[in-house]
Amino acid sequence: MMAFPQPKPEAPQLPQHLHRTIDCKQGAVRAVRFNADGNYLLTCGSDKSLKLWSVKGEALLKSYSGHGYEVLDADSSYDNSQICSCSSDKTVILWDVGTGQVTRKLRGHAGKVNCVQFNEEATVILSGSIDGTVRCWDTRSRRFEPIQVLDEARDGVSSLKVVQHELLTGSVDGRVRRYDLRMGQLHVDYIGSPITCVCFSQDGQCTLSSSLDSTVRLLDKSTGEMLGEYTGHKMKGYKLDCCLSSKDTHVLSCSEDGHVYCWDLVEGSLSLKLAVGKAVVQSLSFHPTETCLLTAMEGKVQVWGPNPEETQEDV
Amino acid sequence: IMAADSDGEEDFVSYGTALEPLEEDEPLKKPIPLHEQTVTDEKGRYKRFHGAFTGGFSAGYFNTVGSKEGWTPSTFKSSRQQKAEKQHARPARPEDFMDEEDFGEHGIAPTEIHRSDEFASGCRNETAEMARAVNAQASLIPGDTLLEGFIRAASSSIGVELLRRMGWKEGQGVGPRVKRKARKQTSDSSRAYGCVLPPGGSEESEDDEEFAPENVTFAPKDVTPVDFTPRLGVQGLGYRGLDPGMALLGQAVPEHVDLFRPQSESRSKLFGESSRGKRRGGVAGQAFGIGALEDDDDEEVYHKDSMSRYDTVLAEEDPGDSLFGWTAPQQYGKTKGRSRDASYLGKILEGFTLAQKPVEQKTIFPPPILPSNYRPMHRRPGVEVSRMSGISSALAEALRTSRGHMVTEDPQKGGRHQLDAGQRGALLGESTQQGPGSVMDLLRPEDRQRLAAVAMASGMAAAASSGLRQQQEALAAWKGKTSTQTFRPFENIPSKQARYEQYVSRLKQGDQDALEQSLDSGMTEWERSREREEFVRASILYRPSSSSLSSRFTSAKQQEDDNQVEVSRDEEGDVDDKEAAAKMKMFGKLTRESFEWHPDKLLCKRFNVPHPYPESVMVGLPKVKRDKFSVFNFLTVSDSQQLIGELRLQTVDVSSDRNSHPALSEEEEEEEEEEEIRPPMDLFKAIFSGSSDQDSSSSEEEGDKAEEEKKGKTDANHLNLFSIGTTSASTPTASASTASASTPTLTPASSSTLTGLLHPPLRSFSFIICRRV
Repeated sequence: MMAFPQPKPEAPQLPQHLHRTIDCKQGAVRAVRFNADGNYLLTCGSDKSLKLWSVKGEALLKSYSGHGYEVLDADSSYDNSQICSCSSDKTVILWDVGTGQVTRKLRGHAGKVNCVQFNEEATVILSGSIDGTVRCWDTRSRRFEPIQVLDEARDGVSSLKVVQHELLTGSVDGRVRRYDLRMGQLHVDYIGSPITCVCFSQDGQCTLSSSLDSTVRLLDKSTGEMLGEYTGHKMKGYKLDCCLSSKDTHVLSCSEDGHVYCWDLVEGSLSLKLAVGKAVVQSLSFHPTETCLLTAMEGKVQVWGPNPEETQEDV
Repeated sequence: IMAADSDGEEDFVSYGTALEPLEEDEPLKKPIPLHEQTVTDEKGRYKRFHGAFTGGFSAGYFNTVGSKEGWTPSTFKSSRQQKAEKQHARPARPEDFMDEEDFGEHGIAPTEIHRSDEFASGCRNETAEMARAVNAQASLIPGDTLLEGFIRAASSSIGVELLRRMGWKEGQGVGPRVKRKARKQTSDSSRAYGCVLPPGGSEESEDDEEFAPENVTFAPKDVTPVDFTPRLGVQGLGYRGLDPGMALLGQAVPEHVDLFRPQSESRSKLFGESSRGKRRGGVAGQAFGIGALEDDDDEEVYHKDSMSRYDTVLAEEDPGDSLFGWTAPQQYGKTKGRSRDASYLGKILEGFTLAQKPVEQKTIFPPPILPSNYRPMHRRPGVEVSRMSGISSALAEALRTSRGHMVTEDPQKGGRHQLDAGQRGALLGESTQQGPGSVMDLLRPEDRQRLAAVAMASGMAAAASSGLRQQQEALAAWKGKTSTQTFRPFENIPSKQARYEQYVSRLKQGDQDALEQSLDSGMTEWERSREREEFVRASILYRPSSSSLSSRFTSAKQQEDDNQVEVSRDEEGDVDDKEAAAKMKMFGKLTRESFEWHPDKLLCKRFNVPHPYPESVMVGLPKVKRDKFSVFNFLTVSDSQQLIGELRLQTVDVSSDRNSHPALSEEEEEEEEEEEIRPPMDLFKAIFSGSSDQDSSSSEEEGDKAEEEKKGKTDANHLNLFSIGTTSASTPTASASTASASTPTLTPASSSTLTGLLHPPLRSFSFIICRRV
């Protein structure tokens, strides 16, 4: 078998305590994202705005407006100087964080843009759209055409992730595609059900994909063999997120029944069923290093920590 | 000659510099070698040949401007007392910046006086001049040619020189010398210009012939060339404005207005015979009157016309030799016949001459005279034939056709197939059905008429409304659409396509009567109605797709190759297999496919990784060109597919043990498989309808041969077997034809029916290659 992250001797902590709830006041929150270091969070609202918050002080730092329709995804660059966001208005916008100005508005997708990501050095923005293409935009040059268009997907691209030289995309055609720039290879894994979200594991050995058959699958990256299958939640019609915990110990997924499901990665058993609310948990984001979880439901964002808030504040 | 002799050399004009007289004892000068030859300017300074290849002139001071210090701007001083030269006041000309060499003979702006080409027309070409002079009379400045006469180039063209050498003289014609009367040099008046034929000087020739010796030849007569100066005005042919010759030279009342040769007078004036006019000048004429400054007070201010200036009788002019008259000699009538015709016709336009031969008259034949017993009545021969008793209708028909009656008897009815049943019956002589044909017959005639009127109106309305409805539909489909890409249905006929495009563009603007406006009004009503229908149909058929859909398609950037199509080199494998594998949770090899993928060079650069294919020029998945309709587009050999084949074709493995009689075993296998799963027979018929029984048997033989060949080989342990399978299991039912397909010599042409039919249902079928174990 492949190298698995060895389970820690001590029981891994889970973000089971609600620390605070932020009312974003931007309509429904379509996506919530940590920034690169986990100190800030971005919320994508259905009122065409993108908001930057401080996690600790839960203060609204900036609101970015410039999209023509609801914002669907956002990502911040490694140095926190830039934000990219995508929207139903078919555009991808590169923002300057400090001024809140639109640095670049990238048009080219034929449909709404589901997902957007910077590469590691924030030199390229990759955006996946419902038109079935992934477009690679150059942030360094003034070109308004994408560097490359990856049109291998047969249906809309719902999710994409970039780690180092690898690009992972999940498409509604039920396939997870991994583009390896270094090897010049495209690996297609057939899942069958429309993919809603894909992730790399922190060690870069596995890929996680959730699909509309209410299943989250952990696949070995190099061979495509299935290492784990996580079920129990409900994911039938919404494009909901899934993620791995920061230590790769647990698999987390949103659910349409108002819970966040948390499975043990190795055993596949449900370790936590986090009740967020009554509605659908739209989006979630795990802190890059700490045990901290963000969930979005309707117009609010919840911050979850491993310990009750009082104790954390004491620390 | 005498004067020259007496005055000596004083009158001679010498040109050029005379060579110094050679002296006998002086040694011959050696020519200066090339490297010692120098060039100096007019002041004796050495000249440098800078840029010899571009003209070799020296530009200023060592190719700079001005002096050693460089170009110095010119200075000037201007005070009230001493005004600066005007040169400084006006803007600089190019000449200000030129060196003095530039104005020289070989400079870039020589200041010499050159003869321009206008005046280098060569020798005195009198005839050409005259032709021009005649033409110049019509122009407003009569002195045009005179001025030219003053400035005349001394040189003549080489052609003229050559002619002179050959003995030609000016004023003569060119050609072999003729043995006839000499041209009368003095009779300039007898010359005719333009179109008026020269009045034959028969009496003159009579006189000349007396003196012309028999053995003397003469130069041919010079011919006045036709002036090819194009007409510039907008006036009609033969228009003449105010005659400037008459007006300016102050010609008083002419003696006689010759209606046919109005300018004979002024013309003769031009050629040197001008009788001095009494008036010095000034414009005079009916329209001008007399200027205030003119001192000719005794001149008639208002034009006075007298009847004596006109002919009162339509008769020929008296030549004045008193020989004219009824009793004149015959030659008068003969020689002057032509000119008389011309005069009757009036003034002949310039550039036209009378025809030598009269135009042949068309002979018109009278219509044939009808015979007296002709009665304009038409009979139907067919009826007559059928009336012949005892003849069957078929025979009558045969008789009629043998006589060609079908064609001739009723041309407006068209072919036999356009007749309706009643007409055919009438032709065959069948008795028409008796009794009331319809309910209409039972009605009263007034009612019938009323009904007919109502029916006609409603029918027309229905027909019109259906057309109108279609037009409205087309309008609704196109209105407001801005897409420029439209299908071109009438590409073969450009004019029709243009009309169609006009129609479509009007539709887009929402024009209600777009159709009528875009049709060609020059066409017949029938053609127009047909085109109307076609346009409406085409516009509905090729209506623009809805915007959401059309945004997903873009027109091809380059012309698509007719027979080739780009397909991904690594075609994705069977989805059904993977679906089955995914259902069984057998992720891994079965669900994983890897392709060669070429990232963009810039993308690699941005990601800080070396390009995996440094010499690659393409981007994305590698594509190959393949024949458009070839089965092999959809057959790919890859390891994973073979693996799947192994997995799935266990039934084939069973049969492959009996490979001693492959054809037989295949047939048996076919039977077995048919029992298991059998798609509807229609499907196979649809696919393999082109292949008859013979074909299949021959292909079986081919398959046998192929098998034998393979058996002959020692290492022939592979057998490619193309099997058509449904989604769940394989059914190699079409083994006969697939056996032929497995032979490598299958060409697309021979399998065109197969491939053409196979193309659409390919998605439901899968071609896989299995390995015989």
